[in-house]
Amino acid sequence: MNMTNWKNRNDVPRARWPLIHPLGKGMIRLINYLGAVSIFMGKSLFMIFQPRQVPLIIEQVYSIGARSALIVLLVGLFTGMVLGLQLFHTLVKFGSAGVLGSAVALSLVRELGPVLTAIMVTARAGSAMAAEIGSQRISEQIDALVTMRIDPLRYLVSPRIAASIISFPLLTALFDIIGIIGGYITGVMLLGVNAGAYFYRVRSSVEMEDITSGFVKAVVFAVIVSTICCFQGYFTHMQKDSYGAKAVGLSTTSAVVLSCVLILVADYVVTSLLM
Amino acid sequence: MGKPLIEFKGVTKRFNSHTVLDQVDLEIYEGEVATIIGKSGGGKSVLLKHIVGLLQPDEGMILFGGQPIYKMGKKEWNRYISQVSYMFQNNALFDSMTVFDNIAFPLRQTTHLGRRAIEEKVRTRLEQMELGDVGGKYPSELSGGMQKRVALSRALVTDPRIVLFDEPTTGQDMIRRNAILSMIAQYQRRFGFTAVLISHDVPDVFFISSRILALDEGKIVFQGTPEAFETFQHPFQDEFVDSLEELQEHLTGIYSKRHFKVRYQKLLGRKRPQERFVVGLFALDHFEDLCEHLGHTAGQEILDSLGKYINKHFGAVGGFSARQSRSQFSIVLPFSNLPEAEQILRDFSMELREEGLRTIQTEARIHREACFEFAVLAGLAEGEFGVKEIDRILGQARKNQREVARVHCGKRR
Repeated sequence: MNMTNWKNRNDVPRARWPLIHPLGKGMIRLINYLGAVSIFMGKSLFMIFQPRQVPLIIEQVYSIGARSALIVLLVGLFTGMVLGLQLFHTLVKFGSAGVLGSAVALSLVRELGPVLTAIMVTARAGSAMAAEIGSQRISEQIDALVTMRIDPLRYLVSPRIAASIISFPLLTALFDIIGIIGGYITGVMLLGVNAGAYFYRVRSSVEMEDITSGFVKAVVFAVIVSTICCFQGYFTHMQKDSYGAKAVGLSTTSAVVLSCVLILVADYVVTSLLM
Repeated sequence: MGKPLIEFKGVTKRFNSHTVLDQVDLEIYEGEVATIIGKSGGGKSVLLKHIVGLLQPDEGMILFGGQPIYKMGKKEWNRYISQVSYMFQNNALFDSMTVFDNIAFPLRQTTHLGRRAIEEKVRTRLEQMELGDVGGKYPSELSGGMQKRVALSRALVTDPRIVLFDEPTTGQDMIRRNAILSMIAQYQRRFGFTAVLISHDVPDVFFISSRILALDEGKIVFQGTPEAFETFQHPFQDEFVDSLEELQEHLTGIYSKRHFKVRYQKLLGRKRPQERFVVGLFALDHFEDLCEHLGHTAGQEILDSLGKYINKHFGAVGGFSARQSRSQFSIVLPFSNLPEAEQILRDFSMELREEGLRTIQTEARIHREACFEFAVLAGLAEGEFGVKEIDRILGQARKNQREVARVHCGKRR
């Protein structure tokens, strides 16, 4: 067989199975990516416990947690208010407006609280992580760290992961509380549900299991969001066909999109495991 | 010369199908200033990044003290890398930190020094680099030249054994370029580190280099002393080095050592063998002290002004001049004999004392009240055009050097 034109012949595997080649290539790329992310995450988690990390973690808790509080507060309030409004009109049809407190609290604590908090923090702090680390990569600041004998994973990534693990559950708790208050505003103050009944239902329906599962989700999302955002920023220079500022933009976008998708996937997985 | 500190053995690096380094063999010795020169995009930075572990070779090995660096254990690698410092071409300063924090950063992260000790060390470096008042500013608030000096301070703050400088003078004007080179040379002598430098500042960089390594098309085509490089015959010399030297000559009007010799050889062909001519050698005495006292930029300004002043004065009587070393200029007076040249030098000396030193001081923007001292030395020697070796006549001129002007505490004598 003439080796120079073998690609054009009909008897070669590629022509017979045109989908196998790109599918296999894609699979290999996916496995490579997952492997790289896992190693990246494992190393970074291990480095949380290295010396000199506490000040860096505190700084990141402020940046990721404290500075996201306002946006979480706003989103939590309006989510609770919308929930109160929608659920009231649905429950009224069945004559069960009295259980509004249960419906709002359980929806928030089990699902909406952790998921929406994670998405909000991804949009605010996750994009910043990817962009900041990406800029440091293209301006050789990460190389500078290596030449100074400072592990970039220890200095840049692990404090962000640790801070996310601390901040996400706290922000989720804030979201839940504000959301319940939002439900109270529409349900009780605007639509006339009994205030005592609302809070009684909240207290009696929400169990420790629900709160725990919400926090477990928050921790899982924290690890996913911080790892993906840092990973995308860290490997900005390896973006295909993009360099410099464009690569930073691309890393930031892909970090946010990928994090949001993975939050929803992980939500399903964790929920099914905890049920 | 002893055992090399760093050695490349058959190092090859490819990016996809493009071979950037092709079987590179080179040696860098302890305590020397080794300068790598080569065309842009020729792999100089890639070569430097191999030393510090930012890149790994596809083939070959790099040895540190005879030990392959990529086979070192973690402890050995840490010990090795803690002795190396790298100054990036684009400075790689942390833009979210102040200048002070940038310099203190490696000390805070990799040493166990206390807060006071770190502060003291950083302040000393800031003062040495003439950055005393910018410690609280962010890198983006500084000029390019200042950012370079901050990067240099950060590279030197850990007292490294080897410092790698990736084009430390990029984007600087001529005076700043020479000031940075002068600073590197001074610190190298003071602290005794081994410097590996990438530079396009030909021929100025030759004055501070112990060895030159010429990288052309992925291969080391020359490694040796700057003096040996002057006689190196290779297309690289004609295509690359000549063009840089011509650019420098165009800017300053002063020849490089090599072009000075070429001009001299041309002159030989036009003169009868017994015809006589005079060579002069000028030196700025106490140049190091001057740099130490007034700063490297002011030191270079004075040197530059003096060079231009000499060129202007002796060019008017048919002479041509060249920079011989960091602080020495030579002239050839092809139409004068020794008594005539002595008279020209006396006139020059008088003019220099009366007008020239003031002009130099003004051009160098030195404060009138500043107290500093320098002397201008000059020596003449006569030669015959039959004698081909200009170095011998220059040596004689060096022996005949005497003081022709002096500035002490801003006052001319």
